Parts: sequence; structure tokens; C-alpha cells
Amino acid sequence: MARSNKPLVWSMFAAGGTLAALVIPALLLVTLMAAYGHPPSSLSYDNMHDFASGWLGKISIFLVISLCLWHAAHRMRTALHGLGLRADRTVAIAGYSIAGAGTLLTLWNLFQI
Amino acid sequence: MNAKPYKREIPKSTWYLGRRRDILHMLSEISSLFIGIYAIILLWGLTALADGPGAYQLFLQRLTNPLSLGFHWLALAFALYNSISWFNLTPKAMPVQLGENFVPGYLIVAAHYVAWACASLFILFISGVIANG
Amino acid sequence: MNHKLIELEILRYRPEQDQEPWFQNYQVPCEEDWVVLDALNYVKEHMDSSLSYRWSCHMAVCGSCGMMIDGDPALSCKTFVRDLPERAIRIEPLANFPIERDLVVVMDDFVEKLERVKPYIIREEDKPLGEGEHLQTPAQLAKFKQYTLCINCLCCYSACPQYALIPEFIGPAALALAHRYNQDSRDQGCEAREDVVSANEGIWDCAFADACSLVCPKHVDPASAIQQMKISSTIGWYKNLLGLKRS
Repeated sequence: MARSNKPLVWSMFAAGGTLAALVIPALLLVTLMAAYGHPPSSLSYDNMHDFASGWLGKISIFLVISLCLWHAAHRMRTALHGLGLRADRTVAIAGYSIAGAGTLLTLWNLFQI
Repeated sequence: MNAKPYKREIPKSTWYLGRRRDILHMLSEISSLFIGIYAIILLWGLTALADGPGAYQLFLQRLTNPLSLGFHWLALAFALYNSISWFNLTPKAMPVQLGENFVPGYLIVAAHYVAWACASLFILFISGVIANG
Repeated sequence: MNHKLIELEILRYRPEQDQEPWFQNYQVPCEEDWVVLDALNYVKEHMDSSLSYRWSCHMAVCGSCGMMIDGDPALSCKTFVRDLPERAIRIEPLANFPIERDLVVVMDDFVEKLERVKPYIIREEDKPLGEGEHLQTPAQLAKFKQYTLCINCLCCYSACPQYALIPEFIGPAALALAHRYNQDSRDQGCEAREDVVSANEGIWDCAFADACSLVCPKHVDPASAIQQMKISSTIGWYKNLLGLKRS
């Protein structure tokens, strides 16, 4: 019985879940205001560009987007299995590919700012 | 041991519908879908930010779309459910033993709720959602 | 004593006669302090001696009388009739196990998995008898004591959605027992159990539904054992990746 390599994705799922639990509700409230057409001034192009230019901003943005993607990929893998979709390997590859692509795109964009 | 044990089959896609506990479990699993979609929305915003002011303005405008508005409320409900269920389970994963006794679970949960409140207030404050003087 | 007529709806299965299980109803005059097991014993003694079910201690320590009562796994000796809703009580054999006969299930899968996790003290070298017993402080005992309380009743396996969907899953009780020994200061067998514990069908098939801990009649909390092992296995995995020795 081989030891699983799930610790890799599980650790990202756990980190992402904790981060999401702590910050996503508040972030949703911020963008909710934008969704109502009244984005707070902090969401202006200049302010967000300044934020994303600094190291703290880059790290924060990277961690939130990337870890949430890995959290969703791993948890939805289990969820879809429970909902009747039994092709675990396919679902895993699809989900982790999306998370991986998202992570790379985030890095690429942050590098450009 | 008889030669004819009977194996009961469970419905593969709807097994959870019979019990409240199972439905709630599936709901907390599915909360991750909304968190993932939101991360993609944030990535979209980041891409727009990197593209320039024009693209970014278009992103902010697209956020006012009714689909986006509906998603935000749904995602908020699921994100809150995720936070509450996640924090409530933390004492099981990280028991804190002091001598012969364990720190009561509710204290560990409470500490997480305090951290959640602090993080949320910090984000709402620096983003200007909550007035700052 | 006050008698109340309670209807029991019991799943029957006689392999020599039945192709499929079917429900049989009994009207049982129950006393106020009866548990479901008392009602079953009444059926067997006075109404239908063909009814088969396991039981022994009648005090929730042997783990024999686990069954589905109104759709939830429980010990029939610990479920009071007066606590159940005022309608027919549905009694079925433990979910997720093949039915042997009536309320008796085939436990072989669990027993095999229990053996696989090596649920006994493993030492690199046995302490010579002359050196005396292993000493253990109350704090060291507290670290694993709750996981020693498992009575192998299999209620957790019946509640676990992952065991229902993935028959290869080693399951809550077996994994909780692995953790019980891993946490025992006298044990040195963590590494010996790791191959089984860290396999995909070990801790990693658990989705933390927590159903096992909710139904456990002895408050073992197998879910907590599994999550703690996920964390320690993950730390060990990273240590291994970085070339550091696993502690």
C-alpha cells in the first residue's frame, strides 16, 4: 500500500480553507459594494495599482487567489465524487489544472504590475 | 457464515438527501465552489488591473451585472457557512493539552472567531467600507 | 408497570428463503424504562423466535447491539423507547455492511482493516521483564485515553458517507485505533503503521463529515483522530520531501 501524495494538495486545501474562512466574507462585502455600483475609493485603479505594486500587496493577492483556487479544486474533487461523479482521476486533473493555471496567471499578472 | 449475504445499494448521487446531517455536509463541501469562482473573479480583476485603467474600469462595470450581484449574495452565504463550520471543527484537528487536561474546545473556537473578526474589520477598514475618521 | 403498545418495523432477511430483505411489523407492549433491545428481546421471547440479532452486555460496553434505529446507527441497549418519536420504530441492520441474517451484519471487512493498522504496542526492542513495567504519567495517558474507549460497535462505519461510497476506506474506528497507539508513549510503531494510515484508502479518503463522531456511543471522536493524523502525516511528508528525518 503506497503512501499517498495527497498531503501536498491537502495542505494547500487546509491553508486555503483557513485563509478563505478568515478573509473571503470581508472581501465579498468590499466587491459587493462595487456590484451595487458604489465601489469604495480603495478599489480605484490608482489605489489598487499602488497596492499591487508593493510586496505586501503582491503576496496578499497571490495567497488569496492561489490558495482559494487550490482549496476549491481539492474540496470540489471530494464533493463531485459524493454527488455521483466517480471519475476521480479526471476530476482531480481538471481541478488541479485550473488551480495551477490560475496560480500561474496570478504570478504573471503580478509580475507585470 | 452463509453463502448469500445481502448487499444494500445506496443511490449514488442522492444518498445525502435523506438526512439533515448529510445535506449540511454536502453544502459545506459545495461552499468551496463559490470560493473558487470568487478567486477566479479576483483573478479577472487582477488581469484587468495589469492591462490598464480602461480594462479595469470595464471590470468594475461588469461587476454591477445582475449575475455578479446574485453571485455575490450566494457566495456570501456560502462563505459565511464555510467560516462558521470550519472554525467550529478546529478543536478536533488541533487539541491543546495542558498537563492532564485539554483546553476546552469552545476556547479554541472563540480564538478563531476573534481572529476572524479582527481580519474582517481590518479589511473593511483599510478598504474604506467602514468609515475611517 | 405501565405498558405502551409500540410498533416495531424490523427488516428481515433469511438467506435460505428470501431473495431480498423485507419489513415485518410487531406490536410490542413496552414498559416505560425499556430500551429498544428490551423490545427486541420481547419479540424473540414471546412473538417470533426466528428474529436474529446480536447483543450481550445490555450496558453499552460490549459493542454487539449496533443497528439502525429510525435511520441512524445506535446501540439498541442505549436507545430508550420513550425517547423515540410516537410512531413505528424502524429497525434495520447497520448500514454499509452486508446483511448476514435479519439484524446481523457481516463484520469481516472491519476486522481485516483493524488488523491492518496493527492495533497493539510495537517496540523496537522489548523492555526486559527485569527492568519493570513501562512508566506513564497521567498527562501521557490523557494524550490517547479517549481513543481507547472504542467498543468496535461499527456505528461510525454506518454513519460515514465516505465508507458508504468508497468500500476500500479503512474507516473511522480502525484509524482512531491507529492514532490511539501512535499517541501512546509506550509505542514506537508510528512508522510501522504509516504505510497503511497514509495510504489513499487510509486517512486521505476521509472528508471530515464528522458523522462518525456524532454517532459514536462512547464519545471516541474518531474524526479528531483522523484530522490529527492528516496533520502529522502532512508534516512528515514535507519533512521527507525536504530530506529531513521524520521524527
